[in-house]
Amino acid sequence: MKPSRLSSAAAQVFMVVMLVLWLTPVVFALYVALRPIAETNEHGYVSLPRSLTLDNFRAAWTQSDMWHFFLNSLYITVPAVLLTLFLASSFAYVVSRLRFRWNIALLILFTAGNLLPQQVIITPLFRLYLAIPLPHWLSESGLMYNSYLGLIVINVAFQLGFCVFVLSNYMKTLPAELDEAAIVDGAGVWTRYWRLTLPLCRPALAALATLLTTWIYNDFFWAITLISTGDKRPVTSALANLQGQFVANQNMIAAAALIAAIPTLIVYVALQKQFIAGLSLGSTKG
Amino acid sequence: MSVSRFNRRDGLVVAAMLGVPLIIDAAFIWLPALASVGLSFTKWTGVGGVQLKSCDSLPSVPGIPQPGCLNGVDNYSQAFTTYPDFWPAVQHNIIWLLVFAGFATPLGMLFAVVIDRGIRGSRIYQSVLFLPVMLSLALIGIIWELIYSPNYGLINSVIGRTADDNLIDWLGDPSLNLWALLVEASWRQAGYVMILYLAGLKAVDPALREAAQIDGATGWQTFWRVIFPAMRPINIVVMVVTVIESLRAFDLVYITSGGNPLKGLELLSVAVTQNIVGETQRIGFGSTLGVILLAISLVPITIFLYQAFRREESPK
Repeated sequence: MKPSRLSSAAAQVFMVVMLVLWLTPVVFALYVALRPIAETNEHGYVSLPRSLTLDNFRAAWTQSDMWHFFLNSLYITVPAVLLTLFLASSFAYVVSRLRFRWNIALLILFTAGNLLPQQVIITPLFRLYLAIPLPHWLSESGLMYNSYLGLIVINVAFQLGFCVFVLSNYMKTLPAELDEAAIVDGAGVWTRYWRLTLPLCRPALAALATLLTTWIYNDFFWAITLISTGDKRPVTSALANLQGQFVANQNMIAAAALIAAIPTLIVYVALQKQFIAGLSLGSTKG
Repeated sequence: MSVSRFNRRDGLVVAAMLGVPLIIDAAFIWLPALASVGLSFTKWTGVGGVQLKSCDSLPSVPGIPQPGCLNGVDNYSQAFTTYPDFWPAVQHNIIWLLVFAGFATPLGMLFAVVIDRGIRGSRIYQSVLFLPVMLSLALIGIIWELIYSPNYGLINSVIGRTADDNLIDWLGDPSLNLWALLVEASWRQAGYVMILYLAGLKAVDPALREAAQIDGATGWQTFWRVIFPAMRPINIVVMVVTVIESLRAFDLVYITSGGNPLKGLELLSVAVTQNIVGETQRIGFGSTLGVILLAISLVPITIFLYQAFRREESPK
């Protein structure tokens, strides 16, 4: 039964209206960022452009040392994503592929940990980070607090639960004969995990990598609370500093925010399928 | 195959594969979660250690910070009675949840249903509606400030309220700013829910829909009586996401208020954070607010875990 023509037309109208509503904030920000502050101060943002320039982007980039913040994001995101996937997949392998007695209890522990609001644990975590010493080559402050490593660790710990949940569900769908055959051939646990199971999990790993990269790159809360100095902050949380720095020039803040969005926009254009697959893996079993 | 039949090397490998993630999770998630319960009964500025003595028994000298001490349930009674941000924060978190549950989530579901019907242009609609999910909340807060800007912004320009004597301060006015932020948050949340439901709708057996239609059910009836109940696992996930995201709401408020408390935007998550990032640390009281947040969030978490692991407890 085909939907009636009337309801199709209504659906189209509704979706077009939503499309416009959804695009407006982004397009409007781009428009403001492309206009000189002098012009918008005089005529407001809603006015025809006298000139469109990239000056705000250039100024935001150079005056705020954005390159530096991008590097911070890179130093934190890449190790955090790789570590999370490695640790989560090894843990998931044991609880889902070996008949391990405590597997359900452990899965519950990890999954629940991922669902806690960050603010539940931040107060003791903050004190914990101030109490754990690190060698100076790892952290200038000599503490877990205000170090790249500290931020990597909390991102890994916080994302582990979701990845363990997804990967163990995924691994459960692989045939049991896989391990059995490898055991007959004398393969040890490590070989079966690393050489046999992981390659078969490639679709799930790719989806999770995309999701984790976006989430960790977009993280704001951990960086705001566990990094005190502005110059150590990754770019997403550094936006809060830039907002203070450029307080008189909203156009430049918009430009800085859009520059900071470029990595996620690349993921959006190139890896949208992977991202959606990752979200869907977490919500449907198997 | 049981653990005992592993050889020595396999045993060590398994121990490491389990142990390392477990230690990280325990040390940085569960230890702080449990510690916040303990600390919630103390008074501690972060100076000196925490002593297991009642605060009343310690001398209190003005100007010298007390070490941490046991404070009983004082923090809790203080939160419920004298702390001015507490009840506004609870109220705002509830409003946040109601708007998500009553508006953003149904809207996302509607998007999914319309797109799933395969109307023309559905791929473009999906891509655009999903865009905000990719963006950080910090970025979302910043770009919406341009929409809400009192003197220059889109909304005030369109409705002609940009003059200093008649402008609407969407983000500053305590009776408006929560709602303004909820529009931003819903803009993102609806796309998130849409993606989850699109996955759910694809997983529903098409035969169900056909059978319902052969029986003469209308589209509306088919959805609510057949498709929606069949998506039970997704419904639970969406419910959990809706509740947890409402409790986690923080980034938008922080960006909008520039990190300072802003009247009208009190939230539990913001209150917790203010007790550690401010000049004076109130570790005990911050933990108390954290525990209250924990107690609330355990409800949806338990429901989700029950749903997700119920089937596995029973023997296969």
